[in-house]
Amino acid sequence: MTVAARPTSATRLPGLAVVLVLASAIVMAALVLLPLVVVFADAFAKGLGKYLAAITEPDAVSAMKLTLLVSGIAVPLNAVFGVAAAWCIAKFEFRGKGALLTLIDLPFSMSPVVSGLVWVLLFGAQGWFGTWLIDHDVKIIFATTGLVLATILVTFPFVARELIPLMQDQGTDEEAAALTLGAGGFTTFFRITLPNIRWALMYGVLLCNARAMGEFGAVSVVSGHIRGLTTTLPLHVEVLYNDYDFVGAFAAASLLASLGLVTLVLKTGLEWRHAGELAANRRH
Amino acid sequence: MTAPAIPRRPPWVQHSILPGFGLSLGITLAYLGAIVVLPLTALAIRPWELGLGGVWHELAAPRVAAALKLSFGLSALAALVNAPLGVLLAWTLTRYRFPGRRILDALVDLPFALPTAVAGIALTAIYAPTGALGSLAAKLGIKTAYSPLGIFIALVFIGLPFVVRSLQPVLQDLDQEVEEAATTLGANALQRAVRVILPALAPSLISGVSLAFARAVGEYGSVVFIAGNLPGKTEIAPLLIVIKLEQYDYAGAAAVGLAMVALSFGSLALINALQLRLARRGRA
Repeated sequence: MTVAARPTSATRLPGLAVVLVLASAIVMAALVLLPLVVVFADAFAKGLGKYLAAITEPDAVSAMKLTLLVSGIAVPLNAVFGVAAAWCIAKFEFRGKGALLTLIDLPFSMSPVVSGLVWVLLFGAQGWFGTWLIDHDVKIIFATTGLVLATILVTFPFVARELIPLMQDQGTDEEAAALTLGAGGFTTFFRITLPNIRWALMYGVLLCNARAMGEFGAVSVVSGHIRGLTTTLPLHVEVLYNDYDFVGAFAAASLLASLGLVTLVLKTGLEWRHAGELAANRRH
Repeated sequence: MTAPAIPRRPPWVQHSILPGFGLSLGITLAYLGAIVVLPLTALAIRPWELGLGGVWHELAAPRVAAALKLSFGLSALAALVNAPLGVLLAWTLTRYRFPGRRILDALVDLPFALPTAVAGIALTAIYAPTGALGSLAAKLGIKTAYSPLGIFIALVFIGLPFVVRSLQPVLQDLDQEVEEAATTLGANALQRAVRVILPALAPSLISGVSLAFARAVGEYGSVVFIAGNLPGKTEIAPLLIVIKLEQYDYAGAAAVGLAMVALSFGSLALINALQLRLARRGRA
């Protein structure tokens, strides 16, 4: 069953190789694959009719719309930020770059709940700007704006982190050549830089979008769980689950799991076909 | 043909003929200021309205101390268990060629791709007393879901990809000749693994494990359903923040949030120092 790619490891120890491969397969099946299977099995547990009813009921539909709206705002903003940050960090040498990189990485090491909490501390009823917002009848927390802010904070490093190492590798020679030949700044960016980074940009946007649509902890803090109004799809899953509506919860979860699977397939495809044009050895 | 004018830049920037430094840095700083710096300032300042003694009182309260201990303790344990699992998977995926290898490789990213709430309810369904694996464990008298063991399983699930993805590139680049030399010199498989391969893997193993740890500490969605959430027993720190916010205890929530950020930065700094020492010893 196993063919050795590297003779020393496997031709001498075919038995060990089989054991290790089997052990890996068992770990992956029990720990990682089983949850995915359970999502779909439980979603269809009461039949297709119940499943379709669950994903077409008004609260589910409005949750899907809200999820699309929130990620539709957060992802493009983060993409623009990612390109801008990568441009100044990768193409220029300046003091304070390290600090900037640390700030960009920060959300990766923060709890999503803290990423939601900070917005409540600013804009909640007893937040720094809470009274002002109430006086001017502006709602941020328990409203769409809060969901967008929390989502942005959790997902903004994805695009920048993909682009920075790649653009650093690519250097500035091609852009410098274009400028010397008389191209303007924006022409140079759109004709030279953008084609060079398009696959990495797509990769970053893909990961950013998957996280934005699936984010739970951060939006859960700022949402207030108002059904049909501030529940995104992941929050809809939680609301139904806590109501013991398991078919409904897993049906909604199956949509999110499908999103995750599609993301995984596209991501793997990009990695296979455009490995050289993605930032080397940053494969997650 | 005229050479492009070299843009004038402040003294802390190395000069370059590329345009757009001011614009891209401006966007980056404005965005980071609004999305990261301002909210985190609120997190850093809000707890202290309780006074130094008040913050201490808040964090030393039995319920809070227990939650912090549970979150950090189980996260460390899960990250440590991820080390051998990650080595196993990374080894079989890089060293052996077998049918389904690419699928297994792509599946490693599933815990990243599956939204946390989805993973959370699926893991709960599997490990509940009536679930596929939970019922097996129940027969042995082991309680999985709604116990610390359930939290631990969810944290292993969420951390596994970090370790595998940190190890894979190193194993791929590891010089086969060193292993062959060891074999020629009479080393058996175990000696090769312990004296040749493991030392080469150590730095990336540590960084993978610390990434898994950092993620686990803040994890909310995949844990909160399976945890059972009994105060003092199975209540994780991020959940405590949510509960305090629901009671409009902003300062208390901020104190727990700040403590989590400080503790995870502290432990990451400690791990970094360990890694540096290890790398130095490796070179000596």
